[in-house]
Amino acid sequence: MRHHLILRVITKLLVGAIMLFAFYVQFHGDFSPGGGFQAGVIMAVAFILYGLVFSLHNVQQVFPPWLVHKLVALGVLIYAGTGIVSLFLGYSFLDYGAFTPDHPSHGQHYGIFAVELGVGITVTAVMVAIYYAFAGRPPRLSDEEW
Amino acid sequence: MGFELTQEYILGHLNYWLFSVLMMTGLYIVVAKGNLVKKIVGLNIFQTSVFMLYISMGKVTDGTAPIFPLDMDVDPDVIYSNPLPHVLILTAIVVGVATTALGLALIVRIQDEFNTIEEDDILKIERAIVQTENAIHGDAMGGRA
Amino acid sequence: MSAESTHVAMTLSDHLPILQILVPLVSAPLIVLIGSRRLTWSLAFIASVLSFGIAILLLMQVIDGSIISYQIGGWAPPLGIEYRVDATNAFVLLLVTGISTLVLPYARESVKSEIPAKHHTLFYAAFMLCLTGLLGVTITGDAFNVFVFLEISSLSTYVLIAQGSYRDKRALTAAYDYLIMGTIGATFFVIGLGMLYMATGTLNMADLADRIADQGSNRTVRAAFAFIVVGMGLKIAIYPLHLWLPRAYTFAPSAVTVFLAATATKVAIYVLLRFTFSVFQPSFMFEVNTLEFIILPFAILAMFAASFIAIFQNDFKRMLAYSSIAQIGYMLLGISLLTETGLTAAIAHLFNHGITKATLFMGVGILALRSGGSFYNRIQGMGKSMPWTSAAIVIGGLSLIGVPGTAGFISKWVLVEATIEKGWWPLSVLIVLSSLLAVIYVWRVIEVLYLKTPLAGTDYREAPFSMLIPMWIMALACIYFGLATDVTLTASRAAAQGLLAGSAGMM
Repeated sequence: MRHHLILRVITKLLVGAIMLFAFYVQFHGDFSPGGGFQAGVIMAVAFILYGLVFSLHNVQQVFPPWLVHKLVALGVLIYAGTGIVSLFLGYSFLDYGAFTPDHPSHGQHYGIFAVELGVGITVTAVMVAIYYAFAGRPPRLSDEEW
Repeated sequence: MGFELTQEYILGHLNYWLFSVLMMTGLYIVVAKGNLVKKIVGLNIFQTSVFMLYISMGKVTDGTAPIFPLDMDVDPDVIYSNPLPHVLILTAIVVGVATTALGLALIVRIQDEFNTIEEDDILKIERAIVQTENAIHGDAMGGRA
Repeated sequence: MSAESTHVAMTLSDHLPILQILVPLVSAPLIVLIGSRRLTWSLAFIASVLSFGIAILLLMQVIDGSIISYQIGGWAPPLGIEYRVDATNAFVLLLVTGISTLVLPYARESVKSEIPAKHHTLFYAAFMLCLTGLLGVTITGDAFNVFVFLEISSLSTYVLIAQGSYRDKRALTAAYDYLIMGTIGATFFVIGLGMLYMATGTLNMADLADRIADQGSNRTVRAAFAFIVVGMGLKIAIYPLHLWLPRAYTFAPSAVTVFLAATATKVAIYVLLRFTFSVFQPSFMFEVNTLEFIILPFAILAMFAASFIAIFQNDFKRMLAYSSIAQIGYMLLGISLLTETGLTAAIAHLFNHGITKATLFMGVGILALRSGGSFYNRIQGMGKSMPWTSAAIVIGGLSLIGVPGTAGFISKWVLVEATIEKGWWPLSVLIVLSSLLAVIYVWRVIEVLYLKTPLAGTDYREAPFSMLIPMWIMALACIYFGLATDVTLTASRAAAQGLLAGSAGMM
């Protein structure tokens, strides 16, 4: 395992920092550029970097493909579900005031938090799924022929 | 003509000039390049030009980021830039990413089936298929595909 | 955000517009999440039936000319996104959900034979996303929302078309070409919207109409109109921008072709109608000139050129694809007349052509299911072994020509009436002539099916009931709407009046 030593060490250090940064971007969308889509991509980068350096097989043991596909659907359902909850509470679709009827403007925080969470989950899963789909194809040249 | 080609006119409309240049570059690449991946790249450049158009239209002179301070102590003299075009462009960027991913996936499959991703070669292969089809099915009906 | 301190709770019937989108939208990730192959089709079908029910309820509410407005998130327009339903929308919604509900039982057998089983779950999820996108384009009252839903439906369409690659690998290049052209079209639409936003500062279609009327015609608004027309023209397959359509329809799976042929271009025409009449009103001179001098010649060109090409095809599916381009020419002809009768004819033809092409493509799909292909010399003589299928194809063909007693006749009759009313009688001659061309290519099909001797070893069983019944429902609808003309014509006339009233209709 002495190939690519620098890459391996740096990646092990960075993956945690990248994921932390992704969480930061996700939850600070109110106050600085950020939000679900950007955070999702950054989180996916953590997994993809790990997969690039340590092999697709390893990253698929951490984040199995079946889980990726289910998370894609789950994020969309979280987003739609937030809207449906406000439907059930008697308000319009995605009316965040439904969550705190006394202070309609506070409900904005909860509502946006929930929908951005859904977006972040879906985007992470989609980006990782795209990586799995392209990287998982049988290579046209085997490693020896390179 | 209604305007003079002064320096102020050019610099004042700089973002529109850049938008037009990028848009035409992108469209030219889509039309002129034969490699399927290069077409997707051209499409991306074309979409990026649209993003630039929207974002540059949202900037207000002397405007700052449209975020209220946490204690909601809003200064009525502060000018904010328009956040709406940014929101529209976020959506358009995501659509662009999805389109690119889909296009590349299609190209990978085309590579599997046709063994080439050059438009000319693909046309040759398809023409050969059409000719065999015509030979089998066409002459019987006196028509062509 | 409503500033009132007392909030009136909304009932289920208030939420109908958003439920129209939510039901198919939520069904797609549910299908993926549940992932069980046996439940997939049932989930999709239930979602489609519920959407059809909601569309019927919506149409009943607006048929008298009223307008339903639903505010997303409680934000009032023009700040917020609203869904507006009026007679035009509701009609198109009914068409799309109706076709989808009939295609799904049909698709069950068809998809089993054309696509490997492990892809079925994702296929039906993509189908429901396509349905969501089409419904969203129709129901929304915000211009940028149109783009978003348009792209949702387009991306799913590219995926669905590419599924045909298991039968014929040219489906992949067809999907790729459609992707490139469709994305360029949608991006042109966004550029046009950007220019409108620059000129008016709003994206709500009713508000845009008012502000454009106030501003008059300046260069920005004219450029925006041009971009929007060209952008949507790519999606509608107006004559010079139609190149993606024949290959996309020919190589896609049969069920997908049925769904797309009956809905995708119709929804794009609806968007064109909405922008041409409700946002940029007919008094906008630039628009009148465009329609008269650009769209009209291209429509006539489409009617003739596409029909000519259709005559010389030796593949039934490809012939129907070219015939679709010709029929779109008729609809554009009706729109460019800019009169109420012309618009009525265009909207009625939108509906009638939808059900006609659905019948015909369903028939082709059944023939392809049994014989493995749709070339004329593969399907010859099948009229004797598959009498029910061939009879439905004959009915669809007669409706395509416009024989009295079928749905196609009504819309062409009103179209001829509209051209005569406007005083452009050469156009009525052209319409009749191109219908004669349709006789030729439909007769070719009938000749192949009935008058040729069947090939050896082609004694096929009749189609399964799950495919036969939807096709016959469509075929009987062709006859029903050809005889009971009041239904379509009243709805179309209400829609046309609403559109021509311009902003007054939207407010």
